[in-house]
Amino acid sequence: MPVQAITPEYTGDIKDKVENFHGNQVVYVGWDQHLMFPAAFAWPVPPQMSFGDFRDQVMDSGFSSHPEWKQINWDKTIWMLDGEAFEPDESQSLESLGIGHKSLLRFRTPGLNGFKGMGV
Amino acid sequence: MSKVYLILQDNDVSRFIVEAVEDDNPEITVIYQPAMIRMEAEGQMVVNRETVEEKLGRDWDVQELHLNLVSLGGNVDEDDDKLELSWAV
Amino acid sequence: MAAKKLNLKDKYKLLTRDLDWEFSYEDRKEAFPYEEFEGIKITDWSKWEDPFRLTMDAYWKYQAEKEKKLYAIFDAFQQNNGHLNVSDPRYVNAVKLFLTGVSPLEYQAYQGFAHVGRQFGGVGARVACQMQSIDELRHVQTQVHAMSPYNKFFDGFHDWTHMHDRVWYLSVPKSFFDDARTGGPFEFLVAISFSFEYVLTNLLFVPFMSGAAHNGDLNTVTFGFSAQSDEARHMTLGLEVIKFLLEQHEDNVPIVQKWIDKWFWRGCRLLSLVGMMMDYMLPNKVMSWKEAWEVYFEEAGGALFKDLARYGIRMPKYADVVEKEKEHVSHQAWWTFYAYGHAAGFHTWIPTDKELDWLSEKYPETFDKYYRPRWELAKKLEAEGKRFYSQALPQLCTTCQVPMMFTDMENPGELSYRSTEYKGEKYHFCSDGCCDIFKDEPEKYVQSWLPVHQIFQGNCGGPDVPDILKDFYHFNLGADNLDMKGSPDEERWKQWKSA
Repeated sequence: MPVQAITPEYTGDIKDKVENFHGNQVVYVGWDQHLMFPAAFAWPVPPQMSFGDFRDQVMDSGFSSHPEWKQINWDKTIWMLDGEAFEPDESQSLESLGIGHKSLLRFRTPGLNGFKGMGV
Repeated sequence: MSKVYLILQDNDVSRFIVEAVEDDNPEITVIYQPAMIRMEAEGQMVVNRETVEEKLGRDWDVQELHLNLVSLGGNVDEDDDKLELSWAV
Repeated sequence: MAAKKLNLKDKYKLLTRDLDWEFSYEDRKEAFPYEEFEGIKITDWSKWEDPFRLTMDAYWKYQAEKEKKLYAIFDAFQQNNGHLNVSDPRYVNAVKLFLTGVSPLEYQAYQGFAHVGRQFGGVGARVACQMQSIDELRHVQTQVHAMSPYNKFFDGFHDWTHMHDRVWYLSVPKSFFDDARTGGPFEFLVAISFSFEYVLTNLLFVPFMSGAAHNGDLNTVTFGFSAQSDEARHMTLGLEVIKFLLEQHEDNVPIVQKWIDKWFWRGCRLLSLVGMMMDYMLPNKVMSWKEAWEVYFEEAGGALFKDLARYGIRMPKYADVVEKEKEHVSHQAWWTFYAYGHAAGFHTWIPTDKELDWLSEKYPETFDKYYRPRWELAKKLEAEGKRFYSQALPQLCTTCQVPMMFTDMENPGELSYRSTEYKGEKYHFCSDGCCDIFKDEPEKYVQSWLPVHQIFQGNCGGPDVPDILKDFYHFNLGADNLDMKGSPDEERWKQWKSA
């Protein structure tokens, strides 16, 4: 339903369109069952960045404070991109893998279920 | 029937208002919490000017209740002689 | 012979209704141009009732008395070094959050009621809005006066208006009111007079303020109860507003229901902050957030909605979700602030063992299972000298702007993620409630000023977080933020107490 406004056909400016991020796009990443991180992280990154760099540099900067981060076996990690199953390829760029502006990437690390296995 | 409630600041005027409300509404429950007094009743509660005046030993305007009021719940009906709180269901 | 005293009903009639005038040469629709665009139909403004029948003369008289009582206490607090009587210096951080997060909303309410009071064709509504507007201005002023003595002794009180407009977590309360004030006049009334005042402010101004008293904060409990005595009048008016709208025209019912649903949900999200203040920031406990919610929403709100059922109004949408969330939100909110304690304008801390046990006792279904492990991990890291501060910025909900910290009530161990697309753009939400609000008015919410995205766009200075905190937010780094442990606040407190 459209908004009821004083001005006919009112619509506001889209504040977060990709053009406003100076060449970056926003990517959100959440590590399931690791609620030490209270919410998924948001990062502005160039769409041309390789997935490997994104994982090893960008994601590392946020998630490495968790004691389990170093133990992750990336071959066994289960990924979801915008609600669909996803198979990343380290050498490909985010863009070519379909990770777009404001995409949500979630990952799950079977066997590593958080501090004391409690989802934290 | 739902509960109506009236919460007053825990002070020396409220003490007498609470006594008056207790007299006129024998069914109420009075709960003391830090700095406040909460009165609850099923369906209905009334604060009568006359009873409050008797307890205070002076004239009392029903609108003076606002000086000691914290909160209330229920449909309100106020006139010169009383403030009434009620729920129909 | 003495003049006959008017009774309340006659006085109300003379001093309110009889102040109105007929529009003999101006077009009424041009005089009240915002009265119709929301779709609300008013057939007879004279049916508007103020159950307290408050007139301006009585209003000034009683408000003046309230102020005299209040300021006498502020003087006493100041003269007797009231700041030394609080239970624990951690408590003062709740007051910092109140000043930066809530007091500016009082100012927004003042402006909002001044505006809508001009927009209604009915004189009863105009007078009521005028009084409420003045009340709200009184609230912001008394709150600033009540809290200012703390500014002499504790960090974080120095620039609250500036912070309110900029700081990431303060965009939650700010955007709530911005949203209400950019709605039409009737939506504003339903949002603020009804959902906010009637259903929700009781939780902040009654049990939390009782908690302030229990923690020795004479000034805060006194301004809180003094404000709430006005709010009790606003709440009553809020209920009358709803009944009035519903009785005026049946076409109003679905519109009002939609607003109730929206503003109930927005209010619940905002109250996450209050939940955390009650459960974690009051060292002496009065009741848990869950208990307060049960008394002031489930019981009091339940009674209200039962009463409104005769008009075809039902409980707000997602009240069932909120009933489950009462076991979770305060813990999720405090953990989020703990994790972002380097970016908060007040101190955070790990609850004491005694406090953790109190939380287990009050939340037997959820605390040990979901939340105690977070604190155990925090304690372990702190003991290793690695106090946990989250190193990247969080994803925010587009509607409520809270970090997406809420978990799914179907599976409380997983975060709740919702999203939608609009004109080719993705939007993310913490809940179905927030997602529905967006979908109903996407043209409005595409403008959300999300602090994290604004930082990425370079609109908040920086680019490094410490520079943003210092220069854009005006935090005194190392004093206002970080853990309570080792803070200058804690240091000073120890000195005062050992003197």
